[in-house]
Amino acid sequence: MLNHAFKRLLGAVPTLLLLITLAFFLMRAAPGGPFDRERALPPQIEAALQADYHLDQPLWRQYFGYLGGLAHGDLGPSFQYTGFSVAELIASGAPVSFRLGASAMILAVLLGGLLGCLAALRRNSVFDRALMALAMLGISVPNYVVAPLLILLFAIGLGWLPAGGWSSHGIGDAVLPVLALALPQIAVIARLMRASMIETLGANFIRTARAKGLPMRLIVWRHALRPAALPVLSYLGPAAAGIVTGSVVIEQVFGIPGIGRYFVQAALNRDYTLVLGVVIFYGALIILFNFLVDLLYGTLDPRLRLS
Amino acid sequence: MSASVDTATIAATERGKGVSPWRQALQRLRRDRAAVAAAVVLILMVLLAIAGPWISPWPYDVIDFDGDWGAAPGLAGGHWLGTDELGRDLFARTCYGGRISLLVGLAATLVSLLIGVGYGAVAGYIGGRLDALMMRAVDVLYALPFMFFVILLTVFFGRHILLIFLAIGAVNWLDMARIVRGQTMNLRRREFVDAAIVSGAGTAAIIRRHIVPNLLGVVVVYATLSVPQVILVESFLSFLGLGVQEPATSWGALVSDGAHAMETTPWALVVPASFLALTLLCLNFLGDALRDALDPKSG
Repeated sequence: MLNHAFKRLLGAVPTLLLLITLAFFLMRAAPGGPFDRERALPPQIEAALQADYHLDQPLWRQYFGYLGGLAHGDLGPSFQYTGFSVAELIASGAPVSFRLGASAMILAVLLGGLLGCLAALRRNSVFDRALMALAMLGISVPNYVVAPLLILLFAIGLGWLPAGGWSSHGIGDAVLPVLALALPQIAVIARLMRASMIETLGANFIRTARAKGLPMRLIVWRHALRPAALPVLSYLGPAAAGIVTGSVVIEQVFGIPGIGRYFVQAALNRDYTLVLGVVIFYGALIILFNFLVDLLYGTLDPRLRLS
Repeated sequence: MSASVDTATIAATERGKGVSPWRQALQRLRRDRAAVAAAVVLILMVLLAIAGPWISPWPYDVIDFDGDWGAAPGLAGGHWLGTDELGRDLFARTCYGGRISLLVGLAATLVSLLIGVGYGAVAGYIGGRLDALMMRAVDVLYALPFMFFVILLTVFFGRHILLIFLAIGAVNWLDMARIVRGQTMNLRRREFVDAAIVSGAGTAAIIRRHIVPNLLGVVVVYATLSVPQVILVESFLSFLGLGVQEPATSWGALVSDGAHAMETTPWALVVPASFLALTLLCLNFLGDALRDALDPKSG
């Protein structure tokens, strides 16, 4: 088990390093600098700025300097928000983004899993067919389409919920963004759960449990749920990536002060270091999450534990 | 599955004609009503995207100064689906946006096909250490948050539409490479490949002439499923303002514009959103049905 974990961790390191290296050199290869203005700066000021941000050093020194900074959690200064470091900006948005993303993830797993199970148990019923059609719709309609439509319906049309904003304690303003963020993932998880539950229910050990006279409820809960949940578990990595990507849009649409909003602003303003910092931060987060899912998979699937 | 395909196959065989796997797949596909409906809608959508800007009385980028800004849908004034906040015809804009979105979807899929099929076929056919190395690289790339990479590319290298094609295609080929590799490893052991080796064909020639044509079925299915993904990525970028630039537009950009003005002109959101959603839904349906139809185990 520990061996497995260690191997997985070793596998994650080159990925992370590649991410950082690719992102860094892409940034340096980009045409134009962060200080290009319509009016050229006086050469002395230009040189002072370059020196201040270490842009006058050779590329390899900048790269290793950046790597060294990363090791201390230093992502460099933001080019646009003068006086703020990228790490500070990310830290200020992180709690909000985390709350949004974690709620959406939990909602997606619970609701998607539940709906998938129910559909599998009532296979080919009207409920099943309707749910799968809805799930297809959920997969096809991206959350930047869902989000404004939800606002249009529930905030502007019915006036039940606020159309945007974010407070640290209220629940009302979190409902729509979390729902919009979770919907596509609910759809995917429901489909996965249904397919794998149907497969599991056809297995021999389920027939044995049935022959023993166990009620269906107990069969599903005690015997079928764990093996059937494995494909869902392995989807959690991509789901996390989807939620992180989706949160960029959702934060934009609902005006939520998280990392995603900084990211979009930085991308539009060509704030190179901030874009780079967020990409690396999110990349590392997703890689870490995948690693954790791998570990969890090992503990849930006894076959993996033995080999 | 059902008897009809079997009787058709049997009848054809009795007449002394073989039924090719492609034909069988087509027969199965035709009986899937959802797939046929999806295909019809898609064809209509493509026609609308091509012809829409011509049949519309208004061009997509002209402001109707005589009409109301943000006019509701109706037949009066020639704005069949209303106008947007700036008074531009929504029907023409949606059709024009469809052109861009569909074009990006097709072009980027083509790019990812070329890279993915080439990469996967080489790795799968040659095998051994090269294969292990190439697939390890794919694994590493797979773990990267690829949407952020596309954004990174557009931020650093400007927002040119051609770059968007390339960027999306260049990160979207990983799935294709994996699938093609798996398929190629099966094909490699087949007799016709041995025959080609014996008759002195070179590795490159075998891959080109014998492996790649046999991959067509899988490639078609995954291309169909990759088009909606690419359209999603493009509209995601455009929604954030990083995709196509004014006055050109795409469905994603239109949804974004519509979302900003949804309190006053809700149709500016609903119209492009439904076009986008319908297209993606049909592409996904068709891709799923194609996969089932081409699966030799079904039917």
